[in-house]
Amino acid sequence: MFVRRSAHCIIAVAMWPIFHKFGSPPWLYAISGAILRWMLPVTLILLIIGAVWGLMFSPADFRQGNSYRIMYIHVPAAVVALAGYYVMALAGAINLIWRMKMADVAMKAAAPVGAAFTFLALFSGAVWGKPTWGAWWVWDARVTSMLILLFLYLGVVALYEAFDNKEAAGKACAVLSLVGMVNIPIIYKSVDWWYSLHQPASIKLTGESTIDASMLYPLLLMIAAFYALFTCCLLLNMRVELLRRESRTHWVGSLAKRECTDVL
Amino acid sequence: MSAPGTWQFCIRLLRRQLLLAVRRPIEISNPLVFFAMVIALFPLGLGPALENLAGFAAGTLWIIALLSNLLTSDAVFRSDFEDGSLEQLLLSPQPLYLSVLAYIGAQWLMTGLLLALASPVFALMLNLSGEAVGTLVISLLLGTAILSLLGGIGAALTVGLKRGGMLISLLILPLYMPVLIFGSAAVQGAVSGIPAGPYLAILAAMLCLAIALAPLAIAAGLRISIDA
Repeated sequence: MFVRRSAHCIIAVAMWPIFHKFGSPPWLYAISGAILRWMLPVTLILLIIGAVWGLMFSPADFRQGNSYRIMYIHVPAAVVALAGYYVMALAGAINLIWRMKMADVAMKAAAPVGAAFTFLALFSGAVWGKPTWGAWWVWDARVTSMLILLFLYLGVVALYEAFDNKEAAGKACAVLSLVGMVNIPIIYKSVDWWYSLHQPASIKLTGESTIDASMLYPLLLMIAAFYALFTCCLLLNMRVELLRRESRTHWVGSLAKRECTDVL
Repeated sequence: MSAPGTWQFCIRLLRRQLLLAVRRPIEISNPLVFFAMVIALFPLGLGPALENLAGFAAGTLWIIALLSNLLTSDAVFRSDFEDGSLEQLLLSPQPLYLSVLAYIGAQWLMTGLLLALASPVFALMLNLSGEAVGTLVISLLLGTAILSLLGGIGAALTVGLKRGGMLISLLILPLYMPVLIFGSAAVQGAVSGIPAGPYLAILAAMLCLAIALAPLAIAAGLRISIDA
């Protein structure tokens, strides 16, 4: 009992400075800038390699021909759209539990980015659906549940904008996104639970994947690239939100002054 | 005077909500009149051929029930928020979880229960086959209770906002969709002779989950709205 309690204390003491730093907007602004400086080029390189490999060098599908190549955009966008919801809901939960303002910034920044990726997944799915299913839109379990995901994201954005008190807005959105999290496993499992037109997952963490290595590797690379792209978008969006919230503080003022002198 | 026990308090709260509703009978009948009016829209829009209407009846009845529930859920907490009694409730030592259930229970008794009981009449107007009417009533009894609980979450989050009306539909319609899927599938199944039991069981399971979890979200939402 004593050992566990002391271990708890050590963790708390070790974590506290990190927690404390995360609560500091200038620190977060600086560190996100440092991360973005190498993350943006890495994202760009990953995207270019993945796209060229997937679109030009990987073999054509024996049944779908070249149209399957939309997969290299569609699957990563859908994967990241779902993961983005977890990021948003987790950040909201952290804000609710520990009252951490920067988690609120992350949640607010994640909602439009996640909505954009969901839209991209739906749009690329529609483009892919036309040649393979013969229709732009099919009311299939997976497609419908992704549409619900888009509505959930948009609901969070709308709720945040409706509040004048932004602290309450953050908490209300956190509750909403946690409630909406019930839908995420349903979306994820919809292709297994309902008989649907959408094919089940080809990539499996456990067991044999039903996709050939020559297609799998560029796809995995594109998924990594989209995760990196999501992170970049999230960080950029967070920085804008930080500047907006802290626009009256000293550090933003000196930052703006330095930017001005650099330009001049 | 000693404070009432928890259960006594909740029953008093439920009785108060019901009494408030009964004193304004027009508010009770509004959802039913809305239901009847939207029913009238479908033959006008889709054409009055009875076999056409029968095909759409299951889904139509469920969608209208969902919409009338949506319209009433906005008002669950609003008057008590405006006159300050909600704030008193939050300050009181009574568990908010149970008080919230009393609010939602009263709302369901005044809308969902009445809609479910009145639905056979509307089902006849849309030429729904006779075997499916029982399933319709049971699915609506279970489903509207889930809808009321989910609607309560939206109501709690938007109660402090001046322009909450449109927003609440954007927030909770995505959450309503799974209920609609299983509710209308149960009725559709009964129409085509498939046993509706599994769908009703899923609805009941969703109701259990909603009773367990939704009051927590509603309570959190009310606290946020009162603080704002």
